[in-house]
Amino acid sequence: MKLYDAAAVLRSKNSGPFEVTVDVLFDDPEIYDKIKRSGVINAELVSRLYNIAPESITHIVFFDQALGFKITFARAISSGTFLDRDVYGAQQHAPLMDVEIDLGPDR
Amino acid sequence: MAKAKEELKILAPCGMLGYGFPKSSFMKGMEHRPDAIVVDAGSTDAGPHKLGAGTAIVSKQACKKDLELIVTEGVVAGIPVIIGSAGGSGAKVHVEWTRSIIMEILQEHQIRNLKIAIIWADIPLEVVEAKLAEGKCEPLGLAVKPLTKDRLRATNGIVAQMGHEPIMKALEAEADIILCGRAYDPSPFAAFAIYHGFDAALAYHLGKILECSALCAEPGTTKDSMLGILRKDSFIVKPLNEQRRCTAVSVAAHTFYEKDHPYILHGPGMVLNLENCVFTERGDGSVEVRGSRIEATPVYKIKLEGAMKVAYRTFVVAGVRDPLLIARIEEVEELVKQQVAEYYSEVPPEDYRIHFINYGLNGVLGELEPHREPAHELGIVFEVVAKTQELANAVCSSVRSTFLHYGYEGRKSTAGNLAFPFAPSDVPFGPVYEFSVYHLMEVADGLEMFPIEYIEVRP
Repeated sequence: MKLYDAAAVLRSKNSGPFEVTVDVLFDDPEIYDKIKRSGVINAELVSRLYNIAPESITHIVFFDQALGFKITFARAISSGTFLDRDVYGAQQHAPLMDVEIDLGPDR
Repeated sequence: MAKAKEELKILAPCGMLGYGFPKSSFMKGMEHRPDAIVVDAGSTDAGPHKLGAGTAIVSKQACKKDLELIVTEGVVAGIPVIIGSAGGSGAKVHVEWTRSIIMEILQEHQIRNLKIAIIWADIPLEVVEAKLAEGKCEPLGLAVKPLTKDRLRATNGIVAQMGHEPIMKALEAEADIILCGRAYDPSPFAAFAIYHGFDAALAYHLGKILECSALCAEPGTTKDSMLGILRKDSFIVKPLNEQRRCTAVSVAAHTFYEKDHPYILHGPGMVLNLENCVFTERGDGSVEVRGSRIEATPVYKIKLEGAMKVAYRTFVVAGVRDPLLIARIEEVEELVKQQVAEYYSEVPPEDYRIHFINYGLNGVLGELEPHREPAHELGIVFEVVAKTQELANAVCSSVRSTFLHYGYEGRKSTAGNLAFPFAPSDVPFGPVYEFSVYHLMEVADGLEMFPIEYIEVRP
């Protein structure tokens, strides 16, 4: 299953003008747990999808109460200046959509 | 100090002053007899232009429409009205803009006999320069460029995000309306609660939720009202519209929103830790929250924001439908760039830059786009940024005419390459800004940099 289909919310937004943060939230605790435990969401994946050095990733954090995880990384171009393509950072979740999630044989 | 209350109610009309809210939700909130109306007006989301150029995020009409109801109802109920980050960016010009709207409303409704506090959040360049020299001002984030003297001097005003301290001082002075310059979004909410003796961690956590009003509900929106109810060891968030409900997960998940970390939040002089919070649904669409924690930082730091002009822009919007051109669009764009550079060989190449955005190919993600098959038509935005508006106009005109008629190899549509939706096609945009200051600065305390001015509106 693709991450986009597994998630209830998959969104991105600036966290300040110099960072983009991607939130992935689930409505099923079982799916959330499986993804958390699988380790598929890691710095290597984010680094590849967003073509950034691992040092530019400031956070990859799971938060159980919210059934979600968050990925935050430094922008290559700060919000709203020359060469920026997404002032609010609102469509930068797209590279994560196609990530394949293995939810096991029962799904 | 105010008399201790057992419970405190704060009405948040909307998540952004000027975004609007249903009057019915707001009035339902007023029926709960809130102790204050607090609204956030600020954001850096719209980019550096608002701060750099001194313009507002919302229209005057929209801001006045929202404020009219907030101010008149606040006055009737005799409760404080607190506005955070006036005018969007919260610099002097933005605060003055909001103040003039408030004065208009007071005059039109013949409201007199009240006290307005204005808390300025502008930081003099010299102060920042001195703190930089002392090593007490550091960039906030890996992508922030070093703040050289040249960049600092080119910066068109700096603001800092205030904490609850100056707002509490204005409450102590019994101000009826408190107009804040740039504030940490939760601060105006937290200040009111802390002033009334409530726990600072709960106060800031509630503020973090209410500054976006109903965004933590389902369905979420910033354009509807919410009620926050503080108690001694918990708080409740309650939607005021039948169509919305808060759930334990929706409220827990809200702290994710536009923050770099899901449960550690840095604010002026403090860190909020929401990791061990407990969210309980109360069965009526409201959610009770406990367990928020806060810690003062060893050194009080405030976040600075400043923008500088970096160039002038002219841009064109065009469509391409011809498959032969679509197939080699990036190659042709490079050739157009080269031809323009040859034509303007007398202009130093560093004086201007040309940039193409190809919607339908990779317009949103650029180099990160994983799907590189173009659509059957492309929307192309091309821009020229240059040292002056005149140069941007001249180079853009040349890019447009060169691109329109460029005879790429194998072309069949020999009469023109671009479909312009508008005439004239070239749009002189004006200045382009960049956040030049996004730094943390050490200060003595939360009050030092935020002077308060009082206006008495006499009977």
